[in-house]
This record gives sequence, structure tokens and C-alpha cells, in this order.
Amino acid sequence: MSDKPTQLITDDQQAAPALRLVILLLVSTVAAGLVYVLWSFPASAPGLTHTVATQMSQSGVSHPVTAVLLNFRGYDTLLEMVVLLMALLGVWTLGGTADYHDHAPGPVLDTLARLLAPVLILVAAYLLWVGAHAPGGAFQAGSVLGAAGVLLLLAGWRPHVTLIALPLRLLLIIGPAAFVAMALVTLISEGRLLAYPVAQAGTLILILETAATLSIGVTLAALFLGGELSDTQSK
Amino acid sequence: MFALVGAGLFALGLYALIIHAHLLRKILAFNVMGSGVFMILVALAKRSGDVVDPVPHAMVITGIVVAVSATALALTLMLKLNAASGHARLNDDSQD
Repeated sequence: MSDKPTQLITDDQQAAPALRLVILLLVSTVAAGLVYVLWSFPASAPGLTHTVATQMSQSGVSHPVTAVLLNFRGYDTLLEMVVLLMALLGVWTLGGTADYHDHAPGPVLDTLARLLAPVLILVAAYLLWVGAHAPGGAFQAGSVLGAAGVLLLLAGWRPHVTLIALPLRLLLIIGPAAFVAMALVTLISEGRLLAYPVAQAGTLILILETAATLSIGVTLAALFLGGELSDTQSK
Repeated sequence: MFALVGAGLFALGLYALIIHAHLLRKILAFNVMGSGVFMILVALAKRSGDVVDPVPHAMVITGIVVAVSATALALTLMLKLNAASGHARLNDDSQD
């Protein structure tokens, strides 16, 4: 394999045609096996639908997906917040990329970002609220919030240096921290991890979701910036 | 039906993941594979009759966000590798 420096985009080498044929055959075998397994599944399987439905009255929300995410399988969501944070820490550890140039945004992008950012934030808040009884919730709202952040960053907006130091890190940590705190409190009071008292479940889930939304949105926008923020911090 | 499309996407991504040396293409192929898996999960959730099984849906939502963050980490690693070595692929010989 030649080792000369090449361009980032054009540097693609493919396997030799004969080898590609073998790979194609192997992958086709995998695909055929997959299709066979999918085909042999029973056409109707209730899965956990019934189990979830019978427990819905205990969950504090009326949308089953939100109930699974935040209540029945809250543990998964707690760990996922940590995964997001770990990914961002990994990106920050690698440091900033030198060839990341800022361009002055054109008038269209600038106007669009100014118009859309408040709308996207409103949509995120609506998605967060509606998640209790319809499709929506912390992850969707967080993604929309992250998209608003990315749009602003593309338009050349950068958070002020004083905002980056502590407030940004607080926003990043508030979601996982709220989850861990809730897990500890419920572990002590109810005896089980993230087992909310039935009466307050709805409120607690909304609080958790708000914290999670903020963290997810800020994490995604920070991931988009890459190592740049960590550099600003050290300067 | 959608599950079969998901299986097709998975195979397509696996094929591209193997034959391309460029890391950006590998990352893209990996995302296509992931989309195939999500599609299979969502399609299988429909088997439970009128009410869709919410557990696979919750898993897919979780998975999408994790996939996005993992992709961001992978892209940063690729940029770093490109900045350090001048190319964006993994060498077969372990000398490098």
C-alpha cells in the first residue's frame, strides 16, 4: 500500500475486483441469512406491548414510548446521557482541528439563522412538553435544540468566552447530574433505582426531561464544534 | 417488508464498509448499517397488532442519538489522523 500523502477527499482505494466479488458473495450470504431469519419470524408477536399497557397508569405519562424511555427503562436513558458526555469528552481530548476556518456568513444564512433559531427553540420546548402524551420527548427536543445551535454556529455565532468556561459545562452536566441525583433519591426513598412515586411521576419525568433536553442540545452543538471549545478554554 | 429493506441497507453498508479504504466512506457505511438495524427494529415493532410495541421504538430513539455522537467522535478521530499522517485510511502494515 503506497504511503504518499494525499488529499482528504480523493484518497480512496477500493479492493481489487476479484476480491470485491468474493466480498460481494460473502455479504450476499449474510444478507440472505438475515432475510431468512426475518422471514421466519412469526407474523404477529405481542412483544412487550401488553406489559407496557398494563403498567401505563403507573408511569405518570400517557405516551408509551416516553413511559418506556423515562420510567420503565430510565436506566438506559441515564447511561445514554453518560455516553453522550463521554463522546464529547473524547472529542475534546483530541483537541481542536487546525484547519477549521470561519467564513463570514452570507446574508441569506445570517437572516435564516436569526429567523429560525427562536422558532427551533420554541419547537424544542413544545416537543418536550408534548412528549408526555404524544410522540415527542427529551431526545427529539434535544436534537431540535442541537440543530438550532448548529445553525447559529454555522452563521458565525460563537458563545462568549465567559459563557464557555463554567455555564457551558454546567449545561452539559445538568442532564446526567439530574438523572444520577434522581436515581440516588429514588434508590433511598423507594428502594429501587429510578422507581418514581406514582403520584409525582409525571412531574419528576418532566423535570428530568427538561434537564436532559438542555444537555442533549448543548452536547450535540458542542460536538459539531469539535475541539474548538476546549481550546478556547485553555487559552 | 420494511424489515427486508432494513436487511438490504445493512448488507449494503457492510459491503461498502469492507471494500472502501477511506475512513469517511467507512464511517458513512457504518451509519447506513445502523440505519438498517433501526429500520428492522421499527418494522418488527409493528408485529404486535394495532398498538405498536413501544420498547423497540424507545431503543431506536436511544440508538439514533448514540449513533450521532459516535459518528462525531469518529469524524474527529479521522480529521486528527489526517492531520497527523496526511491520509485518511488505516494502514495494513503495523509499522506506521
